Amino acid sequence: MSRPPIRLLRRSFIAGLGGALTGLALGSFARAAPTLPSPVDPAAKAAAAADGAGLRPNLFVHVTPSGAVQIVCARSEMGQGVRSSLPVLIADELGADMGRVEVVQAPGDAAYGDQNTDGSHSVRGFYDALRKLGACARMMLIAAAARQWRVAPATCVAHDHAVHHEASGRSLGFGELAIAAAKLPVPKNILLRPKAELLHVGKELPLLDGPAMVDGSAIYGADVLIPGMRTAVIARPPVVGGRATAHDPIKALAVPGVRAVVPLPAPTPPFAFQPLGGIAVVADDTWSALRGRAQLEIIWAPGDNGEYDSEDYRKTLLAAVGLPGVVVREVGDVTAGLAGAARQVEAVYHVPHLAHATMEPPAAVARFDGQTCEVWATTQNPQASRKSVAKALGLDEENVTVHVTLLGGGFGRKSKPDYVVEAALLARATGAPVRVQWTREDDIQHDYYHTVSTQRLVAGLDAQGKVVAWEHRTAFPPIGSTFSDTGLSAPGELQQGVLDVPLAIPNVRAENCEARAHARIGWLRSVANIYHAFAVQSFIAEIAAARGTDPRDTLLEIVGPPRIVTLQELGVESLPNYDQSLDEHPIDTARHRRVIERVTELADWDNRQKNGRALGLAVHRSFLTYVAVVVSVVHGPDGKIRVDEVWSCLDAGTLVNRERVVSQFEGAVIFALSHALYGEITMQQGATVQSNFRDFRLMRLPEAPRKIHVEIVADDGPPCGVGEPGVPPVAPALANAIFALTGQRVRDLPIARTLKV
Amino acid sequence: MTITLHVNGKPHVLDIDPQMPLLWALRDHVGLTGTKYGCGQALCGACVVHLDGEAVRSCVTPVRRADGRAVTTIEGLSPDGSHPLQKAWVELAVPQCGFCQAGQIMTAAALLAKNPSPSDEDIDTSLAGNLCRCGTYLRIRTAVKQAAAAGGKEK
Ligand code: FES
Ligand code: FES
Repeated sequence: MSRPPIRLLRRSFIAGLGGALTGLALGSFARAAPTLPSPVDPAAKAAAAADGAGLRPNLFVHVTPSGAVQIVCARSEMGQGVRSSLPVLIADELGADMGRVEVVQAPGDAAYGDQNTDGSHSVRGFYDALRKLGACARMMLIAAAARQWRVAPATCVAHDHAVHHEASGRSLGFGELAIAAAKLPVPKNILLRPKAELLHVGKELPLLDGPAMVDGSAIYGADVLIPGMRTAVIARPPVVGGRATAHDPIKALAVPGVRAVVPLPAPTPPFAFQPLGGIAVVADDTWSALRGRAQLEIIWAPGDNGEYDSEDYRKTLLAAVGLPGVVVREVGDVTAGLAGAARQVEAVYHVPHLAHATMEPPAAVARFDGQTCEVWATTQNPQASRKSVAKALGLDEENVTVHVTLLGGGFGRKSKPDYVVEAALLARATGAPVRVQWTREDDIQHDYYHTVSTQRLVAGLDAQGKVVAWEHRTAFPPIGSTFSDTGLSAPGELQQGVLDVPLAIPNVRAENCEARAHARIGWLRSVANIYHAFAVQSFIAEIAAARGTDPRDTLLEIVGPPRIVTLQELGVESLPNYDQSLDEHPIDTARHRRVIERVTELADWDNRQKNGRALGLAVHRSFLTYVAVVVSVVHGPDGKIRVDEVWSCLDAGTLVNRERVVSQFEGAVIFALSHALYGEITMQQGATVQSNFRDFRLMRLPEAPRKIHVEIVADDGPPCGVGEPGVPPVAPALANAIFALTGQRVRDLPIARTLKV
Repeated sequence: MTITLHVNGKPHVLDIDPQMPLLWALRDHVGLTGTKYGCGQALCGACVVHLDGEAVRSCVTPVRRADGRAVTTIEGLSPDGSHPLQKAWVELAVPQCGFCQAGQIMTAAALLAKNPSPSDEDIDTSLAGNLCRCGTYLRIRTAVKQAAAAGGKEK
């Protein structure tokens, strides 16, 4: 059998940087608030100065004597364009020529700050911190030039990869200054450039990895090839928490190429990041492993979740929202408001489990030599991978290296490192490097699923039709259930479309009703906003229909006049606000109104019935970004409802890479339409019914809208999230459009349950 | 059994199970990982390669069917990423995660070889089997048309 030579992530990983890391005291892994990288790292700087390798004032920037600039990207690239965005902040501050900037992907290490690429954090959480890293290097290069020219640093400027003394017309390239600069003290007071001096930030930037993605050279998790590497596939318990009580490996071992059959330990609740257990087949290549797995004979005990039936569970959730829950938001007196109302509008909404179905299924490669473990993985969360591998193998974290490949999609699935731990356990068990490959069936059947939810909304209207009371009950197994024994949600999920919705209504109450999980629940792109925005934005359109008023006017009326919405007005004591302060990122209804007004103008809302089309509208703020969406639907020639055109209008504050922002919002429309139209995971006897794209249906090209218009409303406020906020308003806008077209109100997703789509 | 594949113009003699899907033969034995696994069931198109110029889903093509024949993968579509489709893909920044794009491009390349100026409907029909979870569909449509126009000019 021929074996290709070792080939490791050529573009992304550049030898040399790793050396600067050894010997650093590493902080412990912290999941919660993002930690920020320090702009100054004395140890790294000293190492660089000593070897004459150029200027390395911190872990993120390296200016070599030849003038190459290497910039570290510490966040994972999964399609959101982070590698084409974050390094630009550093390079722009530095004054680098983008053509000479090389992007280096960081391994998992707390020294880089928070690396868990989730929560649409990368730009909003690191904007200033990254600029400071670049500014620090710029100041040192300027200081070196100023010293050589015997002029004041303030009279020098850095741009186009060089420092210039304009008065005398002298210039020195970054490379020429690198060694001298490395010997200078690192400035304490770091001065950022005025924003106007940033040449690239906020513009359309080229896609760094584009060429590699179209010529086959881009390296994803399963593409890492190591000499002697074996491939493993795993038969996992069909029910989460189940275990193999007996297995017969004989037939599997008889398959040519199969090297070993390895039972893996079953996890104990809470499942957190633990692998699911099961029986692994380790073979010379993928095909042999797959054939071997098909020959395994296993007896499974289902464990505690073997009774879970998602159709039955709908009734459980419905019953839950029929009773009062924990009050999480309250203003005025809803009970009195509803009692005194001239009429009530009531609706119950249900959103099913969903799977992430990243185009690239999970995969990881691990090599273990008895003392140290090195892994390569398609992971959003290299630090959790490192920590989990260290724990599973009983190693210190310093002895675990996690390299991050490109991710063929993440959407939250790859924040959980269960599959990385599987690779590490198998490398230890077999003594050979092992690649764990998940099949699509593995991926669909053993996901950390998007939760299932039921919500009940009741509004009281006075004699004039004005909304005087609003009650919102939400029941869903929370993400917390994956990490502890709970059926009640954390504010992190409730802030996503329950606590934070501006409502110009005098009496408001929201309740969280308990719901127990029987599957691994995880976060899926935009998380609880998916179901909360669906219910709230559908319900506002239902109120409009009940009153016979224009849905747009109704939405603006309920959002209310332009104002900063206080905690007191919301009726909550605090709001996580996506880890950012309300002072910097208040809930500002002027921004809601602006995106609503703009998107309806673009979609020609006043002529919403023209050419046989019908329009639906929704607005939602999530990850601090304001997004309004209009969906246009038509009757297709085949009698199916067709999404014809979509307008998405966003205000995400200051942007780094305009082009990738647009692409994220285009993609979010398709992602959300897929789920709203077809997306559903069901479970019977605790096991997932769907197994591949045959039954977990995704939108395909012929079903995609004819046009998606993304418009950015200019705002130079602090940066907000981009990867996720495009998703939540799409499903309700679609349901509202379908109502306008057919008179049928869809309250149960997916729409394919009730209509031909 | 010995199988001879002519991959991107180079012969590879492999001693492997003739039932092995071409996908795994390319990835695990030839060492070309540009062709992706997405479903293994002919449902997603991530694994599309050309077999004697025809687009096939390598995940359901037994390698024996490719014995002695010419296989083109994304790595061999052009020597330097200069196929009009590759150029259009980069210019329009089509990829997000990029994982589906080799399959999209190989499918589109087979379409353009047969039909140099496809209509929107032709494009939709040809690429209906190629999923993109990131949702780059509209740019794919535009890029195929741009490449078709560029291809026309080159002739
Ligand atoms: S991997 Fe072959 S079609 Fe999906
Ligand atoms: S670009 Fe990610 S699946 Fe298509």
